Amino acid sequence: MATAHSKSAARMMIAPAVFVLLVWMLIPLCMTLYFSFADYRPMRGIFEAWIGFKNYESFLTSSSFMKSLLTTLWMVGGILTITITGGVAMALLLDKPMFGQGIVRILVIAPFFVMPTVSALVWKNMFFNVDNGLFSYAYEFFGAQPFDFLSQAPLLSIVIIVAWQWLPFATLILLTAVQSLDSEKLEAAEIDGAPAFARFRFIILPHLSRAITVVILIQTIFLLSIFAEIFVTTNGAFGTRTLTYLVYQRVLESQNIGLGSAGGIIAVILANIVAIFLMRIVGKNLDN
Amino acid sequence: MARAITTQKKVMWTALAWAFGLMMFFPIMWTFLTSFKTEATAISDPPVWFFFDWTLENYADVQARSNYPKALMNSIIIAVGSTLLGILIAVPAAWSMAFVPSNRTKDILLWMLSTKMLPAVGVLYPLVLLAKWLGVMDSRVLLVVVLMLINLPIIVWMLYTYFREIPGEILEASRMDGASLKDEILYVLTPMALPGIASTILLNIILAWNEAFWTILLTTVDAAPLTKFIASFSAPEGLFYAKLSAASMLAVAPILIMGWFSQKQLVRGLTFGAVK
Repeated sequence: MATAHSKSAARMMIAPAVFVLLVWMLIPLCMTLYFSFADYRPMRGIFEAWIGFKNYESFLTSSSFMKSLLTTLWMVGGILTITITGGVAMALLLDKPMFGQGIVRILVIAPFFVMPTVSALVWKNMFFNVDNGLFSYAYEFFGAQPFDFLSQAPLLSIVIIVAWQWLPFATLILLTAVQSLDSEKLEAAEIDGAPAFARFRFIILPHLSRAITVVILIQTIFLLSIFAEIFVTTNGAFGTRTLTYLVYQRVLESQNIGLGSAGGIIAVILANIVAIFLMRIVGKNLDN
Repeated sequence: MARAITTQKKVMWTALAWAFGLMMFFPIMWTFLTSFKTEATAISDPPVWFFFDWTLENYADVQARSNYPKALMNSIIIAVGSTLLGILIAVPAAWSMAFVPSNRTKDILLWMLSTKMLPAVGVLYPLVLLAKWLGVMDSRVLLVVVLMLINLPIIVWMLYTYFREIPGEILEASRMDGASLKDEILYVLTPMALPGIASTILLNIILAWNEAFWTILLTTVDAAPLTKFIASFSAPEGLFYAKLSAASMLAVAPILIMGWFSQKQLVRGLTFGAVK
């Protein structure tokens, strides 16, 4: 039983966390909102506090916005497809009886702990590089022309790098879900003569559906703000400019703060749409 | 009821799983091997795998780079500092939400989570501006505070899920015995909560160590941690694969080891209790 005394103490204890997060959310976001209605280009000394929705108009109608949106969709979609299908397969595989299961798990999970700049540079130089990369040797070994990944297929290259980093995450979470599956149910189905695919389709997949949804939502939130991998590989060139990267370039590179801020607000709105779905699932889970 | 599994099947699964495991681990393995080669061996055609003259010169070279020790120090200070500061703020909050829940607790938790989903670019310029205005641009203090703020929701959530598993009856019993709030926290809760707090700290050090948006954009020289130090290799000078590999191993190895110990916490911490 909580007494009145402990209740007020409890509120005091939450206060600092709520306060710092509130300040962190509100002040910068309000500033971005304010700038998004201004014509602010500090390098040229231009500052006009109110130009209405002009920034939004020019950001939304510029060809680079549509392109960046498509790039973002392809990138996030590609990574999600690889990590979810790969993750389900790996999770089912790791759940099988085998020798050295713990070690295999450690090997699979490792890429998740590699910092983004390291994995991007290692892939870029030691694998994708057309002169000295390992993939080029492999191509030559099989008698094929080496393929210049980062200039011929830059988007795919980044998808590979990031998918490598996130596949362990999907695997680990889906494995946790697979392990909570009632094995008697599967055995009963097997005894009843259900083929492997039917067991997967009607027992395993429904059981995993929630974990898959959670993985998709969490990854989407992180993937929407991919930055370092693009920064050190293509620097946004060759059609790898995502919405996040476009806003970064507008704000810090071309120093068009008004336009960039409008883009930032648009990015916030888009991320919120994803966030709402995730919050629903997490919120439901809090009740039970 | 467990069935007998034929050894043949088990061997087959083992081979398949190990093949995939080694494939995933291969880039790290390759980086590890390359870090012990000379620059010439590192790009030799065909590639050499194990049989070369192993050398430590790349590690010496990287250590000798003027900014490496500083970057390492910055990484440690920023990752550990932001985590501890976050714990300091989050423990009371998570404690009270877990043990004295009100009808707003759920809303507060979800709201905290929502701040985590704010895209960083949305607040990039204001943060740069505020940092310059306060004169803290490119300082460790700035990075400690910013990384604390972006990870605070995760810290609160993880602690909350751990604290909620502590049975409330124990608290009631200690209250019946006349324990004050202070005694309750210090002698009853803390010992039971320590494992949870420890794993929260571990996971958050990992997350802060690898954070590569704010650490790259808010630092230039003085506060640049390893993420930024490594990024400087993206403008290569001559042969540099072996040195890049050595620098990468130095940046990744400690976290990799910590990460292997925190696999379970990872699931809990990054799914906000939605997958158990």
